[in-house]
Amino acid sequence: MPLALRLDDTSFSYGHGPPVLRDVDFEVDRGEFVAIAGPNGGGKTTLVRLVVRLEEPTSGRVEVFTRKIGYLPQRAQAGIDAPLTVRELVTAGRASRTRLFGPLAGADREAVRQSIDRVDLTPQADRRLATLSGGQQQRAFIAKALAAEPELLVLDEPTTGVDVEAQDAIAALLQRLRDELGMTVLYVSHEFGAVERFVERLVLVRGGIVFDGPPSALPGVWHDPSHTHA
Amino acid sequence: MLDLEFMRLAFGAGIVVGLLAPAVGFFLVQRRLSLVGDGIGHVAFAGVALGYLLNLPLVLTALAVSVAGGLSIEWIRARRRTAGDQALALVFYTGIAGGVVLVSAAGALNVNLFQFLFGSILTVTRGDLAVIAALGACALVLVALLYRPLVAVVVDEEGARVAGLPVALLNSLTVALAAVTIALSMRIVGILLIAALMVLPVIAASRIAWSMRSTIVLGMGIGLGSVLTGITVAYYANLPPGATTVLVAAATVLIAETWSAVRG
Repeated sequence: MPLALRLDDTSFSYGHGPPVLRDVDFEVDRGEFVAIAGPNGGGKTTLVRLVVRLEEPTSGRVEVFTRKIGYLPQRAQAGIDAPLTVRELVTAGRASRTRLFGPLAGADREAVRQSIDRVDLTPQADRRLATLSGGQQQRAFIAKALAAEPELLVLDEPTTGVDVEAQDAIAALLQRLRDELGMTVLYVSHEFGAVERFVERLVLVRGGIVFDGPPSALPGVWHDPSHTHA
Repeated sequence: MLDLEFMRLAFGAGIVVGLLAPAVGFFLVQRRLSLVGDGIGHVAFAGVALGYLLNLPLVLTALAVSVAGGLSIEWIRARRRTAGDQALALVFYTGIAGGVVLVSAAGALNVNLFQFLFGSILTVTRGDLAVIAALGACALVLVALLYRPLVAVVVDEEGARVAGLPVALLNSLTVALAAVTIALSMRIVGILLIAALMVLPVIAASRIAWSMRSTIVLGMGIGLGSVLTGITVAYYANLPPGATTVLVAAATVLIAETWSAVRG
């Protein structure tokens, strides 16, 4: 299986502070669904920020073998005052695939419509984001990331602030999208119970990678008790 | 009222300013940079002073210095060398102090600076109107053409960066457009009040709009209405046009807030 990304002996520090990540070696194959978990401050968000090139490593090398990346940042929210509809949010995610100038082409409008449909928000497409539930808002942000037709989908804490049922629904949605679209998915969460039954690989990050393997190989004491089906 | 040429010129410039200021201000408000317009306004004062010193057209020197000041604010902010409000304060006070020093050096402290600080409908010339109309139309066309990528950046700047959009260029363009708007508007609204016309119509529109696109269109409508009403009231009541325009815009915010609260 060809590689989607590779981190080679990578370390990272913010400014002159202590290393947040030290000597990380990490490879992900194309089409893999990988959950990245760990305690707050353990470096999992930094790891994915290195992958999407929002940070540059202090040492080592980061290689990502696609430029089609969909990214859902931590605590994703449209921090704007204007009322924003689901369709406008998802259209913003399409910007990288369209020409810079002028109105949206027909094919791009269709891609936006399909992205909204994939997350089952078609009835809410022209509703204001603020009027939707937390789970629906997160699905709208996932649709935004999908609008760029990514080969690598990176989601940082996509289920923060939503209830357990909505977390399970989002995890099932991601599994379905991965199967339908063949994307590589990196799913960062400190609550990995929702995706534990879907992912082939679980990576625990605490200053470095302290566990990397199938969820079934994870010591029982580390399992997330909030999701009983796991 | 429209028999008088200076009123026709004032209305002509006012139409451009009323449409342009909220169209550009929309992107500043959504990026939580509402006060950038104020900062650039103070720098524009230094540009006016430079025009007096070098005996050059004041609109053009204000335009050049405003764009330089706006890009400086964005450069400092983007590199996080200092907090955004500190970057603003640095340019803000340097601009106003530099303006006073330059006006003094030009021996022009006795000229009527009030017309630039607070606007005057008597001061718009045919040449000014030609510059305002041409540059204002260019700026509006640019906003329309780049609407989608500009929205992508205000909705999610990091997402836009990951997607490969030229975020730094788009952010610089936004402050440059703000600087152009301020330089073009100083005759009508004044450089100390123009920032209000970039922000207040957008705030009012966001209370009653149903989407981003409707916010920007309604904001432009409210801006245009505020300027035309402000100039008309100022003419008949012998009031300063800039301040009157801003008070009309502020009243629309109150009305929109009330309407929004009643609607629930």
